[in-house]
Amino acid sequence: MKANSPSERLYNGIIKENPTFCLLLGMCPTLAVTTSATNGVGMGLTTMVILALSNMFISMLRKVIPETSRVPAFIVVVASFVTIVQFLLEGFIPSLYDALGLYIPLIVVNCIILGRAEAYASKNGVISSLFDGIGMGLGFTLGLTCIGAVREILGAGQIFGFQVMPSAYTPITIFILAPGAFFVLAFLVALMNKLNVGSAKRKIDPSNSVSCGSGCASCGNAACKGKRG
Amino acid sequence: MGELLIIAIGSAFVNNVVLSQFLGLCPFLGVSKKIDTAAGMGAAVIFVITLSSFVTSVIYKLILVPTGMEYLQTIVFILVIAALVQFVEMFLKKSMPALYQSLGVYLPLITTNCAVLGVALINVQKDYSILEGTINGLATAVGFTVSIVLLAGIREKMEYNDIPKAFQGFPIVLLTAGLMAIAFFGFSGLI
Repeated sequence: MKANSPSERLYNGIIKENPTFCLLLGMCPTLAVTTSATNGVGMGLTTMVILALSNMFISMLRKVIPETSRVPAFIVVVASFVTIVQFLLEGFIPSLYDALGLYIPLIVVNCIILGRAEAYASKNGVISSLFDGIGMGLGFTLGLTCIGAVREILGAGQIFGFQVMPSAYTPITIFILAPGAFFVLAFLVALMNKLNVGSAKRKIDPSNSVSCGSGCASCGNAACKGKRG
Repeated sequence: MGELLIIAIGSAFVNNVVLSQFLGLCPFLGVSKKIDTAAGMGAAVIFVITLSSFVTSVIYKLILVPTGMEYLQTIVFILVIAALVQFVEMFLKKSMPALYQSLGVYLPLITTNCAVLGVALINVQKDYSILEGTINGLATAVGFTVSIVLLAGIREKMEYNDIPKAFQGFPIVLLTAGLMAIAFFGFSGLI
């Protein structure tokens, strides 16, 4: 696939640099709203819309925004889109708005969005930035849906609200409470590490296992260094 | 007074900001390798959250509500927080170099800490007065510091353990945090 083509961007966001499992970005919503698969999909798609729009907008403005004040400018763009989306959700999908609650305005500080603005949209064209946003957003949605589905099956015996476990199954309620989020993510990342260790042995991408687990702090750090410089 | 105490205990322990509301997870997982750095981060967070929850409550009550512009809260809060962190950093650098030396590295990281914005939004959501909002901010930050220092202590001990390869690094920290979250359930009967 050609670099920066729409399909390459989608593949990169969903598989190669999956924000949830590989880059471990945006942990707060990942753990907080994934009490059910439906909430995971809702949060993921909301983030995707904001990510795609802000990537596109920042890419359009990349020659106008001065180098020194770019981070505050990015934050204003993202915060405006978040506010717009928040009102749209409140008006049209009130059930999702109630389920996500506080975590909708908090999308502003989701490091995936600022990270992509800094690392990709501020350097690349409008179309590839848009698809980068959609790809990353779909990757994030996939991650949230996986975690949400596991938690919902174990914690409530359902998936997307449908009963899947036999009625003799007693739901392990702790999985839809706070500790369950940590446990499920721990096991999914361990699984990912296991697979990556395998691929490193086959010498496909040994650097990949290093990038897993570096966490959000490094990304926030990079964004802030840019601001101070 | 009793009201304030209930808010404080509730935010610090019962609804612990990291372990039950998942705010500020990035520094919680990222800067908890050593007790010293964790305590430094905690101190910086206490300082910034207390200050920012005061400033955002004042701005919300005295500017946004009278002018009917509550819908701008997200944009205004994040800009105020970013500016405040920068300002605090410059102020400390000039006037308290010793404190700056110990907190300096952590300050810029705090802008991306969602707990800061989260507390400001919770204050609005629960309709706290300026005093209640500030106390809520202080207590939330204390809760954050307690949990990050505890996690750092456990991680220092864990260095010597033999952990399965796939669980090394991030996963084992998440498992530890999960167990801590269960332990913090013990506080839920408190209020």
